[in-house]
Amino acid sequence: MTADALIQLRDVVKEFPVQSRAAFGGRSERLQAVAGVSLELRRGETLGLVGESGCGKSTLARCVVRLLQPSTGQILFDGQDISTASHAELAPYRRRMQMIFQDPYGSLNPRRRVGSIIGDPFAIHDVGPAGERRRKVQDLMALVGLNPEHYNRFPSDFSGGQRQRIGIARAIALRPELVVCDEPVSALDVSIQAQILNLLDELQGELGLTYLFISHDLAVVRHVSDRVAVMYLGRIVEIAPSEALYEQARHPYTRALLSAVPVFDPDETRTNASVELTGDPPSPLDPPRGCRFHPRCPRAQSRCAAEEPQLIPRAGDGPEHTTACHFPLVEGETMAIGAAPRMTP
Amino acid sequence: MTGAPTAPLLEVRDLAVAFNTPDGVLEAVRGVSFDLARGRTLGIVGESGSGKSVATQSMVGLTRGARITGQALFDGRDLLALPAAELRAIRGRGIAMIFQSPMSSLHPLYTIGWQITEMIRAHEHVTSAQARVRAIELLGHVGIPRPERRVDDYPHQYSGGMLQRAMIAMAIALNPRILVADEPTTALDVTVQSQILRLLRRLQQEFGTAIIMITHDLGVVAETAHDVLVMYAGRAMEQAPRESLLRSPRHPYTQGLLRSRPRLGTHGTRLIPIPGQPPSLIAPPPGCPFHARCEHSIDRCTSSAPPLAASADGDSAHRSACWLSGQGTAP
Repeated sequence: MTADALIQLRDVVKEFPVQSRAAFGGRSERLQAVAGVSLELRRGETLGLVGESGCGKSTLARCVVRLLQPSTGQILFDGQDISTASHAELAPYRRRMQMIFQDPYGSLNPRRRVGSIIGDPFAIHDVGPAGERRRKVQDLMALVGLNPEHYNRFPSDFSGGQRQRIGIARAIALRPELVVCDEPVSALDVSIQAQILNLLDELQGELGLTYLFISHDLAVVRHVSDRVAVMYLGRIVEIAPSEALYEQARHPYTRALLSAVPVFDPDETRTNASVELTGDPPSPLDPPRGCRFHPRCPRAQSRCAAEEPQLIPRAGDGPEHTTACHFPLVEGETMAIGAAPRMTP
Repeated sequence: MTGAPTAPLLEVRDLAVAFNTPDGVLEAVRGVSFDLARGRTLGIVGESGSGKSVATQSMVGLTRGARITGQALFDGRDLLALPAAELRAIRGRGIAMIFQSPMSSLHPLYTIGWQITEMIRAHEHVTSAQARVRAIELLGHVGIPRPERRVDDYPHQYSGGMLQRAMIAMAIALNPRILVADEPTTALDVTVQSQILRLLRRLQQEFGTAIIMITHDLGVVAETAHDVLVMYAGRAMEQAPRESLLRSPRHPYTQGLLRSRPRLGTHGTRLIPIPGQPPSLIAPPPGCPFHARCEHSIDRCTSSAPPLAASADGDSAHRSACWLSGQGTAP
């Protein structure tokens, strides 16, 4: 734990009840979308969160901003425990944490004018006299690169990239400290993505924002993040400064995930040869015992099925680079390709 | 390349596709030409609205209400002039398609196996038992575990990656000569994407299938294509073998796309975006469609559209539609 932590998660678990499909008994099952996550977000940093669909990264993000209440565990915002805070108790925190969503089409009401959409936070939190709101909204529009004269237009008059700017303007209206970005550029065309990523970077510098940045695009995450956390089946399997993670991944899952990214530059050679992950992640309804990755891991041994590895520094790493693996990859080591999982029963 | 040049399997010439809309005529594709040879993969890259999907859909009769001109010669026959019944016979056997979202291409209330066998029986005179055996074989071939059991599953019982595999099984069932893959991995995780791309490569090596890979992702093109066609606002901007395109892109649009990507070493730096947005395709402005966003734009670019041409010094396989790169004063 460091002094500059804006958010601290302590063993956060989020379960959802699911209707049992079993014909008999109909026991109610629980799906653990987030299965015990501890991490911190430091003031002014960008923490990237990556993982395959269904790994729980969006659920975790929604717990952080308390759109969801965690089942167990603690969420500390600026030192205050907000994990069980009521709607009313959360109100003062809402101003301080905001969210930007993936879909710039679905997250804006098509029947409302852009000016009033962006001005919502001022009205909801009753900030400043109503007469000043228009000017404030227009300042915000200019800040995110929209023409302030378009105050009275509807969302449908804007392109995808501009709509994402509207979503960003709304999120930063009250000068929050934390902004959770859930796939903010995934729906945008390549030539527009860079515009939005630059904007997010500028705003971070100007407003001192802290970002939790979720994306399935590992190149985007590498570009924006100071540190990156890798999630698999509800748990963090590795967390490290961005370059360290991409250059020296310790966890076999991280390595496999990185090697699945298409090699782009004709001059860039694949250092890790590629490690193909076979099959799909197991169901979170019935996660494997021990290390959750062991059934798909080419390095798995009997210990992996028996004992869950802790997220700690491995192979001589400093405290900034932690890995949950009994048999982490060391410098220069390649992973056995296509090897069937070695499992001693 | 060694050996006698083989005649292309598909020759597309001056393809243009337009739609009538309430706001006016939308010119989705404005004169695109390309060749596709057996066993090769052509990557068509473009952003939304570039016309990359419409171009291929129009060839197999999937763009209802469109006004189509040009030629698409497949096996010596012009697809654009064929009656609907003959086109239907070509779809599936000659040219098969895989789409981005398998869930919307499969009927939710029929089993995967039923849908594959029906498709086979629509084209071939076989019993349903024979077709079922083929369906199981195909599912095994595309890597569905225990296909003899999973053949009776409904689509919702498959994961996203398995559904895309099932779609591929259906697409290759009749051993088509051309496979059109329209953003086949866009909805999938990178790990599954890499599995699907490998599968397509393996099938191509095994059967010599020609593939048209339509994508917005330059990484997918870099990984799979032999040749690349870059489309923008309905036009071909650049066409080249993969290596040549990635190493020395000639068109300012292609250069901009490559430059704007976050990559190794860009952390902490500003990306270099392409300013502005693509033009409207309803009454598009004259000249090069990219001129309003191009830093090299000259007067000529705003008045007349440059043809796709090899540069003065370069090889004839690498062509770009830019007045500047055509003169050797390449940007």
